[in-house]
Amino acid sequence: MTRYSAWSVFKNGLTGQKGWDRAWRDPEPKPSYDVVIVGAGLHGLATAFYLAKNHGIKNIAVLEKGWLGGGNGGRNTTIVRSNYMMPGNRYFYEHSLKLWENLSHELNYNVMFSQRAHIALLHSPAARDATARRYNTMRLTDTDAELWDLDTLKQAVPHLNYNNARFPIIGAAVQKRAGTARHDAVAWGYARGADQYGVDIIQNCEVTGVKRENGRVVSVQTSRGDIGAGKVGFAVAGNTSRLWQMAELGKLPIESHKLQAFVSEPLKPLLDQVVVFGVGGAHFYISQSDKGGMVFGGDLDWYKSYAQRGNLPIVQDVAEAAISILPCLGRVRLLRHWAGVMDMSMDGSAFICKTPLENLYLNAGWNYGGFKASPASGWYFADLIANDRPDPVIENLDLGRFERGINIDERGAGPDPKLHG
Amino acid sequence: MIRIKCPFCGERDHSEFTYGGDASVVYPDLDASAQQWHDAVFMRENIRGMQSETWHHVNGCRMWLVVQRDTVTHEIRSVRPAHDGFAVAMEVDQ
Repeated sequence: MTRYSAWSVFKNGLTGQKGWDRAWRDPEPKPSYDVVIVGAGLHGLATAFYLAKNHGIKNIAVLEKGWLGGGNGGRNTTIVRSNYMMPGNRYFYEHSLKLWENLSHELNYNVMFSQRAHIALLHSPAARDATARRYNTMRLTDTDAELWDLDTLKQAVPHLNYNNARFPIIGAAVQKRAGTARHDAVAWGYARGADQYGVDIIQNCEVTGVKRENGRVVSVQTSRGDIGAGKVGFAVAGNTSRLWQMAELGKLPIESHKLQAFVSEPLKPLLDQVVVFGVGGAHFYISQSDKGGMVFGGDLDWYKSYAQRGNLPIVQDVAEAAISILPCLGRVRLLRHWAGVMDMSMDGSAFICKTPLENLYLNAGWNYGGFKASPASGWYFADLIANDRPDPVIENLDLGRFERGINIDERGAGPDPKLHG
Repeated sequence: MIRIKCPFCGERDHSEFTYGGDASVVYPDLDASAQQWHDAVFMRENIRGMQSETWHHVNGCRMWLVVQRDTVTHEIRSVRPAHDGFAVAMEVDQ
């Protein structure tokens, strides 16, 4: 396997670009594996990578019904941040951000992680006070957090609409280490990294059944035959409930909802940061990709759905929010828009946990936060699978937390999945 | 846009409505066990296919409706008032 470097680019430039290998193999499935991960999205691939790298388990298959990174891994707005307050989330997302900071080196693959700052606009003294509490709490975990006054914000982002009479901007909460990354590159980087350790990534292999015996999973039935498994991990956010029901495990504290994202035609450099606007029922986040497209999104479609396509009222809402904070986008044309199916959980937080079956492990419930979480999600899920016990950081990311009276509810929205945007 | 045939107002855009949630959830008695309440509040079947769900015609007649809708295709099979008395009075199939 070619190691990517400035030298390899130079050498192949002189030799007609003929020295490049496949980034990962396309193996036939073996009859059985020590660990089978279902879902070759960012979380599944990261899990396989860290299982091999951190725990020395290399006889692994990652099964994917479509192509790797073709689900929510390729359908997000690529924002990475760790501005969470609740115990259970704070350490987890900060660990994830630290992994992001070294990810390109770790994978020998440029994931184009750009720490360009995440700016959450503040519109009222009450919002500022609540955010001050959250951002001060973040600093207890050594997460960087700043509150900017209006003058500082105007210097950094001069072209926001500062004359909005209904929702005047009074400042911003800022995390400078936050930013964006190239989502496909993260999937490809983890796939290539895992493959180099000998992990089989098997695409076009849909799981159609889960065979149980004596409280254990024996094998998974797939469109490419039965595959035996020592341990099984589900990492299929969006379709977790379906797989859960294939294993005859009943209900989950999860509903599937869809979330849209948008990208405009490429523009000259306009916005250096990730800007978030959320007030009066609106929810809007925008950044500019390295290609120049404005990448943005808003709320869920507000009703449960497994369809990977969005509805028009949300397109309108998002466009209204865009124009209200960045009126200069008024004539910009939309290039593409798409929707992904999210695992919306009952408190807006994830699950990385053991299950009622002895050798089955669950990684699910990522709500809006799946992209930024993927390195730490893979890290802790691999640790859970390898050692059969949760790390203290994820001990409350289990299915039993509601029974214990624990809700990791950042928004305080209550047990209604669609409200945890 | 999903179009919902409100039994009171006629066919309207779904943006007039607010989605409630899974209509199959039945809350237990107040003195039921914590486990029963946990199951009703937190656990969902999350059907991929035809499901019963509640919608509130909040920008219309403000009535709660029970809608049978496919969660993949968004096709709607039936709409009836959520209140049983109304459903009976309007002779709508339940």
